[in-house]
Amino acid sequence: MDADISLTVDGQSHDLRVDTRTTLLDALREHLHITSPKKGCDHGQCGSCTVLLSGRRVVSCLVLAVAAEGAEVTTAAGLGRDGRPHRVQQALVEHDGLQCGYCTPGQVCSAVGVLDEAAAGWPSAVTPPGAGGDGGPALTAAEIRERMSGNLCRCGAYAGIVAAVEEAARPAGEAPAAPAPRGGGR
Amino acid sequence: MTATAYGRPGTATGTGPPRSDGPAKAAGTAPYAYEYRVADPAYVAPVQATVARGRVLEVDAAEAEAVEGVIAVLTHAGAPGLDTGAELSGLQRVAELAVLQSGEVSYRGQVVAAVVAETFEAAWHAAALVTVRYEQWPHDAGFSDQRADAVAPEEDHRQGEVESAAPAEVVVEQTYATAMQHNNPMEPHTTVARFEGGELFLYESTQGSYEVRRTVAALLGMEPERVHVVAPYVGGGFGSKGPLHAPTVLAVLAAVALPGRWVKLALTRRQMFALVGYRSPTIQRVRLSAGADGRLSGVDVVATVQSSHVADFVEEAAGPAKSMYAAPNRRMGHRVVRLDAAVPTWMRAPGECPGMFGPEVAMDELAWACGLDPIEVRLRNEPERDPHTGKPFSSRNLAACLREGARRFGWADRAPEPGGRVENGWRVGMGVAASAYPVVPPPGDSWARIRYEGEGVYAVSLAAADIGTGAWTALAQVAADALGVPLERVRVRLGDSSLPEASLAGGSTGLMSWGSTIHAAAEEFRRGHGERPEPGAEATGHLPANPAQDDYAMYAYGAQFAEVRVHAATGEVRVPRLLGVFAAGRIVNARTARSQFTGGMTMGLSMALHEESVVDARFGHVVNGDFAEYHIAANADVEDVQAHWIDEEDPLVNPLGAKGIGEIGIVGTAAAVANAAYHATGVRVRSLPVRLDDFIGA
Ligand code: FES
Ligand code: FES
Repeated sequence: MDADISLTVDGQSHDLRVDTRTTLLDALREHLHITSPKKGCDHGQCGSCTVLLSGRRVVSCLVLAVAAEGAEVTTAAGLGRDGRPHRVQQALVEHDGLQCGYCTPGQVCSAVGVLDEAAAGWPSAVTPPGAGGDGGPALTAAEIRERMSGNLCRCGAYAGIVAAVEEAARPAGEAPAAPAPRGGGR
Repeated sequence: MTATAYGRPGTATGTGPPRSDGPAKAAGTAPYAYEYRVADPAYVAPVQATVARGRVLEVDAAEAEAVEGVIAVLTHAGAPGLDTGAELSGLQRVAELAVLQSGEVSYRGQVVAAVVAETFEAAWHAAALVTVRYEQWPHDAGFSDQRADAVAPEEDHRQGEVESAAPAEVVVEQTYATAMQHNNPMEPHTTVARFEGGELFLYESTQGSYEVRRTVAALLGMEPERVHVVAPYVGGGFGSKGPLHAPTVLAVLAAVALPGRWVKLALTRRQMFALVGYRSPTIQRVRLSAGADGRLSGVDVVATVQSSHVADFVEEAAGPAKSMYAAPNRRMGHRVVRLDAAVPTWMRAPGECPGMFGPEVAMDELAWACGLDPIEVRLRNEPERDPHTGKPFSSRNLAACLREGARRFGWADRAPEPGGRVENGWRVGMGVAASAYPVVPPPGDSWARIRYEGEGVYAVSLAAADIGTGAWTALAQVAADALGVPLERVRVRLGDSSLPEASLAGGSTGLMSWGSTIHAAAEEFRRGHGERPEPGAEATGHLPANPAQDDYAMYAYGAQFAEVRVHAATGEVRVPRLLGVFAAGRIVNARTARSQFTGGMTMGLSMALHEESVVDARFGHVVNGDFAEYHIAANADVEDVQAHWIDEEDPLVNPLGAKGIGEIGIVGTAAAVANAAYHATGVRVRSLPVRLDDFIGA
């Protein structure tokens, strides 16, 4: 059975006809040829397909396209402004928080979601009771690791991902308290 | 580190330029194989055997064919033929690739049919409606080291008399085990194919476009030049995208069956647990004999591994012990158990990775038995020459790595006895293990073309694959240096069989072989065109032979340190710190190299604590075939991971002085973790993964 839906993706609106079994991920990748979200498992287990759906991060392989009718979708390809990448993307490249790159667009969308969720005061499993207050819980490395754990990276780029999200979470101009060593030459 | 000018002449690569493909990957616009926009594709959905051994009697496709949008159901009765006698490269197993060429089933999950349909949804739905009747035969899928039918694939490596040697003062005799693992690159194995006018076009997730071209051409009886393979971006491989596997062939068969039509096949995660190989489980019987001073008099390592009745692949887990420590009496050998199972394959540091687990835990046991520092026991057994071949080492800086790592890690602060430190209910320990990875000859030949484009810009082309290693960036640095131009002036083209042939990305040889080839091409270019070339000037270089290859033993080394916390009540295991120090020749790009090392260590941590493919021998399949049940390290599992390296000049390995770095990071990590867990708790875990039940009540 088919259904007609409309989606706004990265600011562009699209009308399309989809099989009602089609996931949002497949609608994006197969129908609209928007392949920034990746398919790593199709089961909600890896996070490669993470997009922002009306501003909140979701694994798009677990959303049926018909259920997203009329929604506003942002992918990693749509996060930049005026030809410049989002600060999360910039920081990921700088900290080499990617290798093969397949998990990366999902990590990016997830990280943007994390920044917003923390700013909105959402606690995570590792947030100490009562922490937060104005501006929400501080995005420490432990908070970032916890909140980013729905996005698997088989290349093992986690150290760089955490460093990048820490940098992106820092108010502009503020220097890191104590730069975490990640190694390097002597 | 010394200010070696790599990339920008005169600029130190203390950090190295960021990955040139980084921005496109972070935006998700770098296309992987499935993402090329092809006109009107058809979708392929495999049907897999539900028996582990037998013969297909009948494929009832009536219901599937009735599904709207189904174009064809391929079975062994109607599929296009392959040349199953084809001569393939040594990496390939033709029997594994003979997809739908007979009705015989040799392992559970084997492809027995496939649906091709107009849409993805129709293909998968119809595949579920195909009914296959089998004549089921008894099967044997139970791996163990207690089987009389295990065979030695080659003669054991022997020195002295390991069995009848005089009794030693200290003996460590134990059995160690590593689990079956699946590579699980994040990008599923993918083929997008079209066959038209005698030409085959492939977008393929592969570590080697030429290997795909040659293999597919041979199977189809085509000229290799008529097979075109495009693979500039690959979402990881870790070995499983090196040799070809059945799904690539299945997609090609579908393309041949539907000439002129693009067909697409991306495996599901679960199918990747059946169809694209795995790392064999290993059971390692290790016997170390030593004096009370920790000096080895005997090293005996016999590793039992799994192979397949389809074809042999031997995980050489007894291999790394051959060159690690000297002793007058030594034996290293393999015993292979052939099962009704799929063929194992390369997985990051095949042989070395599991094979360093047993011996490096045994060395830790030896140290404790002798009352020695585990670092000291290793230093006392440093060989002068390669104990295996008797050749000198081109460079061997394991001792320097151990010392530097100890200093950086704070090794001296550890508790003197196991179980000696408890913090907030956590038992805390430190462990160390050595890493080694050989400089192996590249799997294939390489050429590179350099062309002057004018306006100061040079194009460098070869069919190398960047599977996440950073080759796009590091090769540009090598070319810039070799040509004496700024990095910005170099354009690199990779991952396409229309470019000059390059060896497969495997064995950590990429930068060494492709970089040396680019070096040679730059020399040719200068020889032919001088310092002021005309636009359009071109030269091609060939991978230079290494005159020192046969005269030296060549290895990269490392020392890995782990801090492990085991919860006293729950047994939960955490690894707050991992630190590795490596000696791997010249590091071309510190930024991406660090990721290679820490990425390997992270995968090693994952192996130590999480990864295990569980086979149900009654049915012959992996039961935990998804990320919910086959756990890989997630972000919160990984805390402080650091990689450092020491300056190492080794002009003998290649013109760049670089050794491979893609795999050594995973070698030794699991042993360091298990050794640290022992130091934390006094409980010796000899079987991976380390689990919390190992510590409950202990
Ligand atoms: S593809 Fe959606 S979570 Fe893995
Ligand atoms: S960068 Fe390869 S999976 Fe994350």
